[in-house]
Amino acid sequence: MKESGYLTTPCSPTWCPGCGNLNIWGAFKSAAIEQGWNNANTVLVAGIGCHGHILNFLKLTSFEGLHGRALPVATGIKLANGDLNVFVFTGDGDCFGEGGNHFIHACRRNHNLTVLIHDNSLYALTTGQTSPLSPHGLRTKSTPTGNPDEPFNPLALAIISGATFVARAYAGDMPKLTSLIVEANKHRGIAVIDILQPCVTYNKTFTHQFFRENTYYLGEKYDPTNREEALIKSQEFGTKQIPLGIFYKVDKPSYEDSALAKTQKNILKKSIQPQAINELFKNYT
Amino acid sequence: MVNKQQKITSIKIGGYAGQGVKSTGLLLAKYAVRSGYSVYDHTEFPSLIKGGHNVMQVNFSEEAVLAPQKMSDMLIALNQETIDLHINELKPKGIIIYNSDSNINLPKTKKVSFYGIPLYRFAKEAGGEELLINTAALGAAISLMGGNFSILQNLIEEEFNKINSESAETNVKAAKAGFEYMKEKHSADIGRYLTPIESVSSFIPNMLVSGSEAAALGAIAGGLQFAAIYPMSPISNILHVLASNQEKFGYIFKQPEDEISAINMAIGASFAGARSLTATSGGGFCLMTEGYGLAGMTETPIVIIEGMRGAPATGLPTWSEQGDLQFVLHAHQGEFPRIVLAPGDAKEAFELTRLALNLADKYQTPVVVLLDKNICENDQSYPLFDISDFRLDMGKYINKETENYMRYKFSDDGISERSVPGVGNFFISNSDEHDQYGYSTENIEIRNKMMEKRMKKLTTCEEKDMPEPKLYGPEKADITIVSWGSNKGSILQAIQNHPNVNYLHLTWMNPFPSHKVKEILSKAKHVVDIECNYTAQLASLIREKTGVEIKDKFLKYDGRQIFPEEIEEKINSVGGTL
Repeated sequence: MKESGYLTTPCSPTWCPGCGNLNIWGAFKSAAIEQGWNNANTVLVAGIGCHGHILNFLKLTSFEGLHGRALPVATGIKLANGDLNVFVFTGDGDCFGEGGNHFIHACRRNHNLTVLIHDNSLYALTTGQTSPLSPHGLRTKSTPTGNPDEPFNPLALAIISGATFVARAYAGDMPKLTSLIVEANKHRGIAVIDILQPCVTYNKTFTHQFFRENTYYLGEKYDPTNREEALIKSQEFGTKQIPLGIFYKVDKPSYEDSALAKTQKNILKKSIQPQAINELFKNYT
Repeated sequence: MVNKQQKITSIKIGGYAGQGVKSTGLLLAKYAVRSGYSVYDHTEFPSLIKGGHNVMQVNFSEEAVLAPQKMSDMLIALNQETIDLHINELKPKGIIIYNSDSNINLPKTKKVSFYGIPLYRFAKEAGGEELLINTAALGAAISLMGGNFSILQNLIEEEFNKINSESAETNVKAAKAGFEYMKEKHSADIGRYLTPIESVSSFIPNMLVSGSEAAALGAIAGGLQFAAIYPMSPISNILHVLASNQEKFGYIFKQPEDEISAINMAIGASFAGARSLTATSGGGFCLMTEGYGLAGMTETPIVIIEGMRGAPATGLPTWSEQGDLQFVLHAHQGEFPRIVLAPGDAKEAFELTRLALNLADKYQTPVVVLLDKNICENDQSYPLFDISDFRLDMGKYINKETENYMRYKFSDDGISERSVPGVGNFFISNSDEHDQYGYSTENIEIRNKMMEKRMKKLTTCEEKDMPEPKLYGPEKADITIVSWGSNKGSILQAIQNHPNVNYLHLTWMNPFPSHKVKEILSKAKHVVDIECNYTAQLASLIREKTGVEIKDKFLKYDGRQIFPEEIEEKINSVGGTL
């Protein structure tokens, strides 16, 4: 095991004791150490929410953007510098409320990004309101009599939008989460992990105990390359019926591998070509 | 400018959508350019008129043409509507070319000469039916103006060979038929106002560009590396030029899912080290405002081109306005440094877009290039843009690992050294208030110093990069016009005939050349503010920055261009009261 010191910052985590973000942070650090992710090869992007604080606790170069906008920022980074490992930290409110449109299109274009969704099924930083993934009937500060809306299904949305690696994890199982983050990052194309995490302060339904009792891992017999099966599997969610693991995985050229011409793969090193520009002007005569 | 008797010939082409008004107009404009003339053209799509009536006006002269003209010398009428709607815009002794094969009702007037051409017959004989009527009409018009068929033929072949050789052949045939018919039937009437200028045999023709094209070329010449643009009138041509040249010039163009994504992608690419740009119109800029401030707070360089059109909401999508000046000066919550430049024509659009990329890098903050629809879509001819004097300036930039690197290090000029991910330097580009490394903080002292550091960049920019505004015409004048954007051309043309009028043209809106503007305006005898908006937004800015209140304002907000004739009327009415 290599030293984790190089990832340490002067900031101490501000999350509540028992928060699932602490597990995600720990799993990510383990993965980073194992894989040697550092400031020469890796960059992090986050949106706004409790999840976004993670950037202050990891000594890796990062961009903390606006609520819902982590994916387009990450897309711009990856297009400009394809050599970087680009990680996106986002929450369920961040990614599916404010940022829903970006999620669909990032999946559709299959950018080579690793997307970690801190899914606590509500808005926690704003002190506990309903999110697009809150279950029907959930009592929150904005739904005191119970959530009237149905949640939508992030895994199914990712699969039908064109994502090429779609998985679900439970934050409390850190070794599994660590290996899943590593595997997601190795995938060429967009890799989405919906990470179930308890919000110990505001979500009294989805607790650590609830997840421990009701989740199970997709076994070796499950075939993640079958898109139809994956879609069916993604509908499964109930008592003792929450599958974890890789739902769908397919090899398909990423946007960066397939859509960029040779001249566009190294844009940071390009120089101005006065001769060519003068030639271009002549097209207008 | 000094030529008071400048002879400008104006040709208007009209027809319904699908009759090729724009392509015919562009052929005529390019024909004039290749014959050695200076050209300015503009297109109108009056969307309320049934049938999708389109009009294009091509103006040319031996001297520089700077603006559209209210009155025309010739009307090329591809349908009845063109005659009915535009006959009153003809100068005395005007000419109308029309299709004598269709049922046209000619108005009873002796002020206009009518030339009926069997356009349908020529089109049919050339093998293209109705699609060739416009080209046959163009051949006839160029013939009547004393033009040269081989220049026209070359142009048609170049343009239509892009489709296929048959299309080029049939179009040449149709043009030739119109050209020869005019020569045979009306040889006595043939003028010399589009005859190739003799001295042009060895010349390099001017380029004919719209402001959108010029801005895109300026971006390429400015070392663009990344652009994300969502389509919107009137800036879509920026997108088209950038999309089609990306492989050759090695930058990336991406059409994203919306304007929010466009600006955030551009910010991401810029954070990674690429010179980045986005473009939109006012409505799209509304969506970009959160990203605008994000770039300001994270000190990420970015250029935003905003092409104004009639607003609010969907407004007048195909018409022009200058209603977004105060918007771009104030958009986003709170305060951050923004540089706002407003070109007055296509050449300035080229130069200022190119400069904007340098300024964004140097000051690590958003730079807006504010265009209006008239600049975006009107074409103007210029000698090939000179790129020899441009130097790429990335400002304070580190691309190697540096000990104890601080992205937001306090400095006297407000500018810190920028690094990028992947070179080994740790930092957080943070939308939260942050310390010198980028860690989030709410510390009072750091907040104050960070705010002061960011805002200081504007003062630095003002001192180091902002030029003095340009005053056209005599230094001392009875009337001083102050204006901006596409009004420039009309004003310059109008004051040619008024040696007692000068024009203060403003292109730097933020930082603002307060000192010089105050000096000029407080000395002026009578100041007229000319703008295409309702609330005189530039006059408000001038008052805010200089304390000078301009009482006499000429404002127009009907979406139409200000014509030189209107400005002369204004000058004359003021002149009478001085």
